[in-house]
Amino acid sequence: MTPLLEMTAIDKAFSGVSALVQSRLEVRPGEVHALIGQNGAGKSTLIKILTGAYRRDGGSVIFDGAPVNFSSPRQSQDAGIATIYQELNLVPLRTVTENVMLGYEPRRWGGFIDWRRAHRRTREILDGFGVNVDVRAPLERCSTAIQQLVAIARAVSINARLVIMDEPTSSLDDREVDVLFGVIDRLRRNGVSVLYVSHFLDELFRISDRVTIMRDGRTVGCRPIAETSKLELIADMLGRDAEEIRSAGMTGFGGVHAASGERLLAVEGAATLNRLKDFSMDLRRGEIVGLGGLLGSGRTEAAKALFGVDRLTAGSITLKGARVSWMSPRQAISAGLGFLTEDRKSEGIIPDLSLRENLTLAMLPKISRRGRIRHDEERRLVERFIRELDIKAAHMDQPVRELSGGNQQKVLLARWLALEPELLILDEPTRGVDVGAKAEIQRIIRDHVEQDISVLLISSEFEELVEGADRIFLLHDGRTTSTLRNPGVTEDMLIGAVAHNANEASVQDGQ
Amino acid sequence: MRAQGEAIRDMVGSLLRRAKGRGPFRHGGLVALVILLAFNALVTPNFLQLQTLFVNVSQVATIAIVALGMTLVIATAGIDLSVGAVMALAGATAPLIFMSAFGQAYPVTGLVLAFVVPLIVAAACGLFNGLIVSVLGVQPIVATLILFISGRGLAQLLTNGNLQTFSNPAFSYLGAGKILGLPFQGWLALALAGSIFWLVNRTAFGRCILAIGGNERAAMLAGMPIRSVKIGVYMICAVLSGIAGLIVVAINSASDAARNGNLMELDAIAAAVVGGALLQGGRAPVFGALVGAVIIQLVRYTLLANGVEDEVALIAKALIIVLAVYVQQARKE
Ligand SMILES: Nc1ncnc2c1ncn2[C@@H]1O[C@H](COP(=O)(O)OP(=O)(O)OP(=O)(O)O)[C@@H](O)[C@H]1O
Ligand SMILES: [Mg+2]
Repeated sequence: MTPLLEMTAIDKAFSGVSALVQSRLEVRPGEVHALIGQNGAGKSTLIKILTGAYRRDGGSVIFDGAPVNFSSPRQSQDAGIATIYQELNLVPLRTVTENVMLGYEPRRWGGFIDWRRAHRRTREILDGFGVNVDVRAPLERCSTAIQQLVAIARAVSINARLVIMDEPTSSLDDREVDVLFGVIDRLRRNGVSVLYVSHFLDELFRISDRVTIMRDGRTVGCRPIAETSKLELIADMLGRDAEEIRSAGMTGFGGVHAASGERLLAVEGAATLNRLKDFSMDLRRGEIVGLGGLLGSGRTEAAKALFGVDRLTAGSITLKGARVSWMSPRQAISAGLGFLTEDRKSEGIIPDLSLRENLTLAMLPKISRRGRIRHDEERRLVERFIRELDIKAAHMDQPVRELSGGNQQKVLLARWLALEPELLILDEPTRGVDVGAKAEIQRIIRDHVEQDISVLLISSEFEELVEGADRIFLLHDGRTTSTLRNPGVTEDMLIGAVAHNANEASVQDGQ
Repeated sequence: MRAQGEAIRDMVGSLLRRAKGRGPFRHGGLVALVILLAFNALVTPNFLQLQTLFVNVSQVATIAIVALGMTLVIATAGIDLSVGAVMALAGATAPLIFMSAFGQAYPVTGLVLAFVVPLIVAAACGLFNGLIVSVLGVQPIVATLILFISGRGLAQLLTNGNLQTFSNPAFSYLGAGKILGLPFQGWLALALAGSIFWLVNRTAFGRCILAIGGNERAAMLAGMPIRSVKIGVYMICAVLSGIAGLIVVAINSASDAARNGNLMELDAIAAAVVGGALLQGGRAPVFGALVGAVIIQLVRYTLLANGVEDEVALIAKALIIVLAVYVQQARKE
């Protein structure tokens, strides 16, 4: 079978630093091809070279039998390559329809956009994904997951031969992942190829046919998924021996420590105008408390209420025995809180500032004296965190937008750890980081908890919650519904409880 | 047609990319500057004379000083249309003070107040702009339109619409003094640029400015004092405009509320953009603003010295802005 796509001996360097060295990739017609590798291995760069977002320094690309050299993403799109980039390229202030249709709007005579048809078409496409949103609403009102699905819908709607997805599931929960896999299956049956980047190795075994592994800018392997194992893949990615990894264990949380410190935080019946209706929880010093629930259950909204982003309309928050009501994140931070947001691009990084400046953003008051930043101290601190979290970058003054997605995530985590808060709210802290780094981050979180910070952990990954949290509060539709207490919680219990909530809700809806 | 456009754009883009990261050619602005100077040296009569340098330095200083403030405002993704009006207002206040009965009776105090009071007035204007932008959340272009319209009117009311001439050598030093043979205001502009550079690159306040322009929501979530920084930026911009207003009055030994700072907002925005500021914020090229100001001034001078009418000069300026914005777009890989 002749391949649909053949990339050979691709080289790429960014201002002298190699990102890709003789890497290759081959995708056959109608196959789902996985691309994996550690953070900064060069996956996104390889994709961007294919789509024409970057220019390659060397090597050749053959698509559909002919050598190609796309000089802009638009060209590759017109040639039949639809791409969902890791950092979504959407326009938050425009409507859902505009985002799905952008550049391909149905026209009436005279060239005017036929909005009615555009809305209808968009609704049809999104229905196929099981997504039910107001297509006339601005996209920014939708959750990150919905935005991700919108990006995917957009890519799929333009009849492509090859669909590329760079970490599409990083912000989806299990149910949405199922929806996505349904779509991928449909694409495969229609003879469309899918190139799929993910750090969730279990997923790959469910969906893909073959897998290509990258390490440090090189392609180190390509094989049918049926002939390999998870351990083997990890060993290839890290360049280490499979046995060595097996003995080291898979998660970084390493069991649960029952915490018995004083009560740090208590929330009673909190409600906001932003989807939170009746949220209660409490948290002790040195404890990791998880928030579980499906997407849209109000977990992120709960975090925003705690952090002073959304004002409470009812209920109370008590910190160390005193009622608090913050008017801004600034006040929450000075009271000892930190909040790692789930949306890295729109709420996390300042793209043009350097790694260093992004890392110290929240702690400027601490490292400046009478308004002047003490640069020595800043550099020392940043150096320490680059080392501790193993952040990969050319140097600390590199603009953060040039870092790979997983490394950006580490910079943001470091931003809050450096602040040494008493209570750290982590919303999807390991999104987009590779297996190795994930365990590492979990271990770092555990270490800091032992040094007396408390953590409120929000995660769509049940495994992470079950292994990480001492207690888990379940949310549904903006309300706390139940609590699970470790040790003894299993993934099945958690899934069962979440599903129970969802069922009850649909029964109620049905009445 | 379209393909051709893209080809040209690609070419410009790749030229720029190649030029990037190589010392002085990092800014397309410096290239433009060299071209302008070379052109003038060849074409404009008497260009390579000290007198020409004096004229241009004294003219460029006001544009540069205002452009510094504008660069800060633009770095927060804002814009300030009121700079010209604030110049007029500050400029009108100064002679009122030292020509008043009080100012005549106590010349020294009067002179000091003639510098201080106009700058306080300017700062108040900046406070007003900043409050409307950051507290009421009005778009900067609309918020500063209020003073753009009313500020000059106020200045004319203060002076009854008359041209106020005076002779006060001490005050005029601001516009006519010389240090090492170069106009005082040139040195002043350099010193101010140095301070603003320090502010942007060495202080927490400067870091906040860049963060707000780069991603305001992320900056807010990192606990940055968005409101006070924005207010501060508009105040700095207004005070710098006030200084420029005083310089213009000092040069002319007369305050003309109708003409002082007229169209300065355009020159300042153009200088900032040519200097490399991004209208969507997040960048504050301080010395770029100086280069931008010099370019704007040189274009005007070139056309004037070669007998082109002022109206045409305006169009030329507009073209420069278009080119600068185009170049910025192409530079975004
Ligand atoms: N525009 C750029 N300028 C400079 N360096 C870059 C740029 N884009 C990527 N790099 C560097 O190239 C390397 C590969 O990055 P890439 O984004 O391809 O990694 P990745 O495999 O997608 O990682 P992740 O899993 O974290 O998304 C990284 O070291 C990164 O810092
Ligand atoms: Mg990537």
